[in-house]
Amino acid sequence: MSGLNDMNELYEAIILDHYRSPRNTAPVDSPDIDLEVNNPFCGDEFHIQLKVDGSAVTQVGITGRGCAISQASASLLAELVEGKSSDDVHAAVDSIRRLLKGEEVSEEERDILGDIEALEGVRKFPVRIKCALLSWVGLDDALTEHLGA
Amino acid sequence: MSMTQAGIRAFDVDAIRADFPILSRKINGQELVYLDNAATSQKPKQVIQSLVDYYEQTNANVHRGVHTLSIEATDGYELARTKVTKFINAPRPEEVIWTRNTSESLNLVAATWADANINEGDNIVISAMEHHSNIVPWQQLAAKKNAELRYLAAGEDGLLDVSNVDSIIDSRTKLVAITHMSNVLGTINPVAMLADKVHAVGGVILVDAAQSVPHMAVDVQALDTDFLCFSAHKMLGPTGIGVLWGKYDLLEAMPPYMFGGDMILEVTYEDATWNDLPYKFEAGTPNIADAIATGAAVDYLADLGMDNVWAHEQELTAYAMEQILSMNSIRVLGPQDPALRGGVISFIHDTIHPHDLGTALDQQGIAIRTGHHCAMPLVRSFDVVAAARASFYIYNTKSEVDALINGISETERYFSR
Repeated sequence: MSGLNDMNELYEAIILDHYRSPRNTAPVDSPDIDLEVNNPFCGDEFHIQLKVDGSAVTQVGITGRGCAISQASASLLAELVEGKSSDDVHAAVDSIRRLLKGEEVSEEERDILGDIEALEGVRKFPVRIKCALLSWVGLDDALTEHLGA
Repeated sequence: MSMTQAGIRAFDVDAIRADFPILSRKINGQELVYLDNAATSQKPKQVIQSLVDYYEQTNANVHRGVHTLSIEATDGYELARTKVTKFINAPRPEEVIWTRNTSESLNLVAATWADANINEGDNIVISAMEHHSNIVPWQQLAAKKNAELRYLAAGEDGLLDVSNVDSIIDSRTKLVAITHMSNVLGTINPVAMLADKVHAVGGVILVDAAQSVPHMAVDVQALDTDFLCFSAHKMLGPTGIGVLWGKYDLLEAMPPYMFGGDMILEVTYEDATWNDLPYKFEAGTPNIADAIATGAAVDYLADLGMDNVWAHEQELTAYAMEQILSMNSIRVLGPQDPALRGGVISFIHDTIHPHDLGTALDQQGIAIRTGHHCAMPLVRSFDVVAAARASFYIYNTKSEVDALINGISETERYFSR
């Protein structure tokens, strides 16, 4: 078991909890945004549905298949975006990108991220950063496109 | 080291392991257990030394100079070709063409022979268990030519479904392109039977031997194949070099693939004529050092004897299959009978995703492959998006199989905390 305890930062209790019990997985009725994102490198795939009122996300449903990191990350995302404005979502995605790259993230940003901070350990496993960002980048791009249209 | 002594040397895994410097590396503080051989093999010091020797003692361009180094480089380059020729029991060294890898060999045939011989309404037959590199070139060619791409299915038992082979291969079949051994399922395909079938309708067969030539005795004449493609890096050799073997008359009739130096016989300001085989397909300065190192890899394998290599891997595979199948949490893709498969075992854990398993095993020094293994349609047909894969080679041991099984159990304990 010696080697595996080094993974504790990657697989924090919060991550395993979201992996085992993902939040906001119910399908959304007549969603405004409905997209599939996948990582062709590893085969992970997510179905993301959003209801958008003005520029605010009012309802979210995310389901998919993937590793613990990508699934937990998608669940944390689903929890965060509900009720948020698109500006808040963009800001959070920007924060998490920097968090995973090991760049500066302010205390204020960390407060907003909350449990999502548990993903910080992924940065020690660079090949897994894509797993953590998959759903975030997909949702952010789709939201930008939807509001720009 | 001579080829006539093939297999006489006892198969001594400890002695073999001592030839591989990388096997003494520690990974995350643990002994390296390298089980990703289907992706690429490790290299013995004999192969590494041949690269050093070439660059330190022989380096020069081939087929050009009258000076000593050029002559020695040319001799080394051509000697390596004859070693490969004997290794696959090809009739003539001119039939052995150096490429960059299996993918380039496949693309070469698609762009030359297939482009010249496949027309609208013809069909190309491949299987559902091909690597992407033996799917996409044919998809592209079929689209360009308005030809049909047909698939032989993979059964749930992991074996090629040949029940309908006589309707799939018909009078319009120009090419069967099939993997000799699946890089996902380990399945060994009935190449000689398919060769008979396609020859009977006047077509040709290409064998993707990337996973077979490194692990078993492959005899192109016994298989009666028309083209054979493989890479050196999966058989102890360097990356960046591969082989296309083809029957002489087919290669002779094919147009060139690339144009440039070495592949021409005569150039005027208006036109050019093509060099003889194999040089017609080797435009430009070739990968001389890696060709010579491939010769060293072939020497190493021939010295062990490919029947002994195969027997060693069969023993490991049987040992690993028995243990893995006894774990209730694991489903193995592909045939369960070790005699029907090579040393490639893809598996799915019922609760732990392959990538989480791969990271956890890496923490224990164990290297496996995770993902779709460049065979997305096949992996998806098992209703999963990814699988874990352990694959063996000459230097692997039963205690490394034990380490894998133990590593999976440790990972289960970790994730059930």
